[in-house]
Amino acid sequence: MESIFVCLEFQTDWWQVMTSSFMRNALIGGTLVAIAAGVIGYFVVVRGTAFAAHALAHIGLPGATGAVLLGLPVTLGLAVFCVGGAIVIGALGRRAGDREVATGTVLAFAVGLGLYFSSQATRSSSTMTNVLFGNLLAISPQELVVFAAFLVGVVAVVCAVFRPLLFASVDERVARSRRVPVRALSVLFMVLLGLVVTMSVQVVGTLLLFALVVTPAATAIMLTPRPGRAIALALVLNLLSVWAGLVLATMFSLPPSFCIVTIACTIWLVVRLTGRSRQVQL
Amino acid sequence: MIGPNGSGKTTLLEVLLGLLPVASGTVRILGQLPGETDAIAYVPQDYTAAAGSALRARDMVALGLTGTSWGFRRTTAAQWKRIEDTMRAVDAFEVIDQRLATLSGGQRQRVAIAQALVSEPKLLLLDEPLANLDLRNQREVISLLDRLNSTLGVTIIMVAHDLNPLLRVLDGAVYLLDGHAHYDTLNGVVDDALLTHLYGTPLHVVRTVQGDLFVRGE
Repeated sequence: MESIFVCLEFQTDWWQVMTSSFMRNALIGGTLVAIAAGVIGYFVVVRGTAFAAHALAHIGLPGATGAVLLGLPVTLGLAVFCVGGAIVIGALGRRAGDREVATGTVLAFAVGLGLYFSSQATRSSSTMTNVLFGNLLAISPQELVVFAAFLVGVVAVVCAVFRPLLFASVDERVARSRRVPVRALSVLFMVLLGLVVTMSVQVVGTLLLFALVVTPAATAIMLTPRPGRAIALALVLNLLSVWAGLVLATMFSLPPSFCIVTIACTIWLVVRLTGRSRQVQL
Repeated sequence: MIGPNGSGKTTLLEVLLGLLPVASGTVRILGQLPGETDAIAYVPQDYTAAAGSALRARDMVALGLTGTSWGFRRTTAAQWKRIEDTMRAVDAFEVIDQRLATLSGGQRQRVAIAQALVSEPKLLLLDEPLANLDLRNQREVISLLDRLNSTLGVTIIMVAHDLNPLLRVLDGAVYLLDGHAHYDTLNGVVDDALLTHLYGTPLHVVRTVQGDLFVRGE
């Protein structure tokens, strides 16, 4: 009888694998995504649109499987659906993404549609798994170029709108009364989020995206209340999760998404538990 | 600005701020159209509750000064000085480095007022600033507003449904009655018949021999 023990087998050739060319793509791709997710994640937490981020990831699924059906690049399909969904959610206002029932219903339909497109295509079952759980190792050089462009765009725009976006994130009414274009910023932010979700889906997939976009930023905010530092810290935590996750995945022949998500969630849990005791002392 | 629940106090405030368009007529505030002046600051009800634990009091106040400027730049030393001075002016300097979520209701209200004041407005609009405050904090916030009014020369309009804590400092009141806004001085407003009609319940104005004034129900 075969036992079903979990078997962690140490790969003695892990360093060779780490230094191979496909792993270099994964490392570069993971780094680009980690930075973008860290920058946008801070605002996702401050604005309270975590559920919208989660929903956008799922809205991307039919985009990805639909693109395969039409013979188009997966990134294109993801980007069109994520950014399209982002504009709709953004236009409805900041809290709209957290109207749980409506958003949840839309995302359930999106996942169903994704499954339908997938069933229509002949070679899309691997795409489905890749989109749901991510596959950093499958990242292509073309995708790296696209991701680098996304990252530059996201960072440039966030720098340009940093303060008004923070102001609008804290309270839309007050920001509007001071003539901050709140609605435009809301749509702009959701578009940026859509781009970051498109990137992040390749790394950890739609189902695990929360752990890359929201969790490290939430951890960082627990550790520091200073906006600049929190963003820097979220970025560092993301890089740590992605790099260490890739190394662990290679060492023990595990799925990278699993390792990345496990590290991010473990750090969050440790900070949360120790943070409680710190607060009690205050 | 007084009136019973649902009489349109917050709506009128939002019109003054340019957050809501008017169906007919025009509105001028400080000689300009609503939403076209930088001289008005606004503190909504329960303002700082939303920001939670993500920001310190000083970051929140800083937004009142730098939250409207585009581009990525650090807050300058002069700006921090102004933020700290404003926190002193509202008696909240000791909590300047604390997270908003750790502050009491009274402290949060002071931080909200500091954010409004730091841009040096001519007019300060507050929506129910005394809601959810205990008696001591109500009194302290009123004294603070009174002091800001007399020392900084800021005109203060606040929405309130309980007149009593304010009678000491009010110059007058706008009241919304039968779909119209009226203004009268304190003496004109503190009138049995008017208040009873306004709130739809019998009210009496009581003047004590010490000269104190309060409104009570039957």
